[in-house]
Amino acid sequence: MGQLILEVKDLVTKFYTLEGIVHAVNGVSFDLEEGEALAIVGESGSGKSVTVMSILGLIPSPPGKVESGHAYFAGKYGRCDLLKLTPAELRNVRGGQIGFVFQDPISSLNPLLTVGEQISESLVKHLGMSSEEAKKKTTKLLEQVGIPVPKIRYNNYPHQFSGGMRQRVMIAIAIACNPAIIIADEPTTALDVTIQAQIVDLFQRLRNVIGVAVIWITHNLSVVAGFAERVLVMYGGRVVEIARVDDLFARPQHPYTIGLIGAMPRLDARESKRLVSIEGTPPDMLIPIIHCPFAPRCSYAFERCWQEIPPLITVGEQHRTSCFYDLDKRRPRDG
Amino acid sequence: MQRYFLSRLIQSVLILFGVLLLVFLLVRMTGDPATLMMPHEATTEEVESFREAMGFNRPVLVQFWDFFTGAIVGDFGMSLHYKTPAMKLVLERLPATVWLASVALLYAMLVAIPLGLIGGFKPGSLADSFGRLVALSGQSIPNFWLAMMLILLFAVRLGWFPSFGRDEWKSVIMPAFVLGLPTMGRIVRLTRSSVLEIRAEDFIRTAYSKGLDPRVIYVKHVLRNVLIPLVSMIGVSFGYMLGGSIYIEAVFSWPGAGQLIQLAIGWRDFPLVQAIAVFLSVVVLALNLLTDIAYVIIDPRIRYGD
Amino acid sequence: MATNRAAQTNDSFLDIERTFWDRLVYASQFLLRDRSGIIGLILFLVVAIAAIFSPQLTPYDPLSQDLRNSKLPPAWFEGGSWDHPFGTDSLGRDLFCRIIYGARVSLAISFFGVLMAGGIGLIIGTFAGYFGGRVDAVIMGAVNLILSLPYLLFVVFIAAILGRSLLNVILIFGITDAPLFARITRGEVLRIRELGYVESAICAGARWDRIIFDHILPNLIGPLITVATFEVSAMIFYEAGLGFLGLSVPPTVPSWGNMLSVGRLYLVNAPWLATFPGLAIMFTSLGMNLLGDWLRDVLDPRLRRARK
Repeated sequence: MGQLILEVKDLVTKFYTLEGIVHAVNGVSFDLEEGEALAIVGESGSGKSVTVMSILGLIPSPPGKVESGHAYFAGKYGRCDLLKLTPAELRNVRGGQIGFVFQDPISSLNPLLTVGEQISESLVKHLGMSSEEAKKKTTKLLEQVGIPVPKIRYNNYPHQFSGGMRQRVMIAIAIACNPAIIIADEPTTALDVTIQAQIVDLFQRLRNVIGVAVIWITHNLSVVAGFAERVLVMYGGRVVEIARVDDLFARPQHPYTIGLIGAMPRLDARESKRLVSIEGTPPDMLIPIIHCPFAPRCSYAFERCWQEIPPLITVGEQHRTSCFYDLDKRRPRDG
Repeated sequence: MQRYFLSRLIQSVLILFGVLLLVFLLVRMTGDPATLMMPHEATTEEVESFREAMGFNRPVLVQFWDFFTGAIVGDFGMSLHYKTPAMKLVLERLPATVWLASVALLYAMLVAIPLGLIGGFKPGSLADSFGRLVALSGQSIPNFWLAMMLILLFAVRLGWFPSFGRDEWKSVIMPAFVLGLPTMGRIVRLTRSSVLEIRAEDFIRTAYSKGLDPRVIYVKHVLRNVLIPLVSMIGVSFGYMLGGSIYIEAVFSWPGAGQLIQLAIGWRDFPLVQAIAVFLSVVVLALNLLTDIAYVIIDPRIRYGD
Repeated sequence: MATNRAAQTNDSFLDIERTFWDRLVYASQFLLRDRSGIIGLILFLVVAIAAIFSPQLTPYDPLSQDLRNSKLPPAWFEGGSWDHPFGTDSLGRDLFCRIIYGARVSLAISFFGVLMAGGIGLIIGTFAGYFGGRVDAVIMGAVNLILSLPYLLFVVFIAAILGRSLLNVILIFGITDAPLFARITRGEVLRIRELGYVESAICAGARWDRIIFDHILPNLIGPLITVATFEVSAMIFYEAGLGFLGLSVPPTVPSWGNMLSVGRLYLVNAPWLATFPGLAIMFTSLGMNLLGDWLRDVLDPRLRRARK
């Protein structure tokens, strides 16, 4: 086990909107080791993006509010709780020690600035480089992420790149200051399948070369399978299962995870079977949860599921789940 | 980029042709331009000789050709009232109008842009409410009426400003203020809504995720993008003010092209009206072209179009 | 065994599933929260009532002259009387009464003008946006031509030629303002055409008029109503401007614009003659603008504000 660089404990985030209070994150806890590849999986509205954005102060503050919790980060200047930092301190962490890659590369880059400029700004701000030095380093970064003729491309604008190339630029921005963690929020969802594979490869290469930890947020389990070391499954603003990737696929312990795996199209499926979809619809996040959020859609739900919120319990090595039903023994758990 | 310029240039030429056609046809809309331009009391013989003198009984296409070729070199015939070449009169009067509109635009921008920015960056604040009040007033108060009220107060009762004409440097203040008011309202609204829209864009989220200084984000990322719709609005507003000068110049007896066209209409001096209409349209067209050039400088997507 | 307890998700205001009553309730909630919307509505209603019930609201005929009582100041000044609360003009006509009747002209011109401009613009813009290609190029060429010109100047020009009448003014505004609606409609149609469900309707082989009526037009209502409200306010201004220059309705008809042009002549000696019509215009315009702002907020889900 390596060193822990991120420890999130009991994070709660709410949004105060005209329609009511959205309980987006309802007590999420997880850890991240140095250099690890963690995937956070869940459907839209499960709270996966809000969780990581909350940690770094990136949720719009009216209407959003991080109500409680801790996010201990072992950064360059020692261990601190990200949720207790001042705005200026948080700005040092963002970009400087934790990098971001967002989903839609078309809209995530400023159309009026050159690509090189957008990468250099980080270098100038966090590493105090002069513009000359920043330009040189940026050119090297562009090369590192696989953009040909970087010296020329430095002066190009975002609209002059293809989608995959733009995402590489975003990655270059993320790794520019040699961060300890990269948080990638659905980085390949908006790209072609073939480009997706290239980007996943790029991330893998960067991990090997730089040793950066990656939190990869997605709703697509298949992408996860080829890249992640551990997987965190979220539903209804809560963690429902955490496991090493092989364990997750071999021995899923939560009915939702089973549903997700069953819904994946597989190349080696024997007959043309129908994809199994999970019945029902996602929960209404305006209603505070007082029972297991998955109960309405769960085929194994029984009375206890409707009365209490299941806590995370350990069911194997590095394997935890929040479910009252024991799928192996096919009966409610004791305790 | 050259293709863009070329197409805009061609468009402008076509529009110019359209303007000439329009102006030519408008005067002939009632069927008989001679009756239009003669006073009511004129006898049929007078109207007939006028018609012959002006060449209105020739085939329409011939008339248009004459008009068109004349217009290109700036010859719009003689003003019926002044008996001097129409274009000369227009050129004499135009600088006053342009000066008025320029002062109006300048002060409108100086007031409206900061107000709009504050409104966009701190919506709901006191300054924002003030800005929105200004915008509402600009939109809701008929500016030539306000002109009259202000004359009553500041010129007649208090004597601070002259109530008409262009004799002192102070003369331009009230007319420019009133002329620029609607534009000020529009610019505040546009700036405010642009800032709000752009702040919600994804690339601003990226900028925050890079941990950049908020001031850098505001100026380098937000403001630069706000310039695009703003430049367009400024160009349009100037054109609008050139048209709206008719009313303001009438109230303040400001010796510009707007007052001239109003007087000319009263005298049924349509050659003069035509000259002013065409000339002001040309100015507005030139303005639109300038705005497009500015666009190209600001927005690289047009410069290096795909 | 899985029961579906999921509640309905919150969609945008123009969601097709919501019934008319749902939307009305939502809109009123919004209205109450946003007091300026109410103010706009009230102002508008006051003016509308004045226009509709003019004869009932006024003791005098707006055209009746009473030269003995000419140029009386408003009631609260020396020399005025409550018989003529806003004073009288140079021919002894009661000003209050003329203002009330003036509302008819202003509202008639602006409503019918916008109706006409909106109708023409809607049709032209929809054709241009939906069919694209040469149809689009020709239509938008004409539209851009008209929009490139100094608008007010040409309105004055045309009014001078056509002569003074209510119908003429409505026609002028109806035609010259249509390009604005056309351009907006075309932009929206282009955007809506790209939406998923419209594409699928096209693929399913629906006929073009079915697509336009069922899918495209309902989505146009929102933006068009908002623009229409602002244009009503603008047209009241334009009418006043034309009247001021003596190019609007004939001088016998009481219109706010006509009154302003007369008022200008008496500005120093009888300032109320110019003041009250202007206030009336401002009042009406303010109401429409506030209403338009409120409509825009209600109909655009993206601009919903958060509860503090």
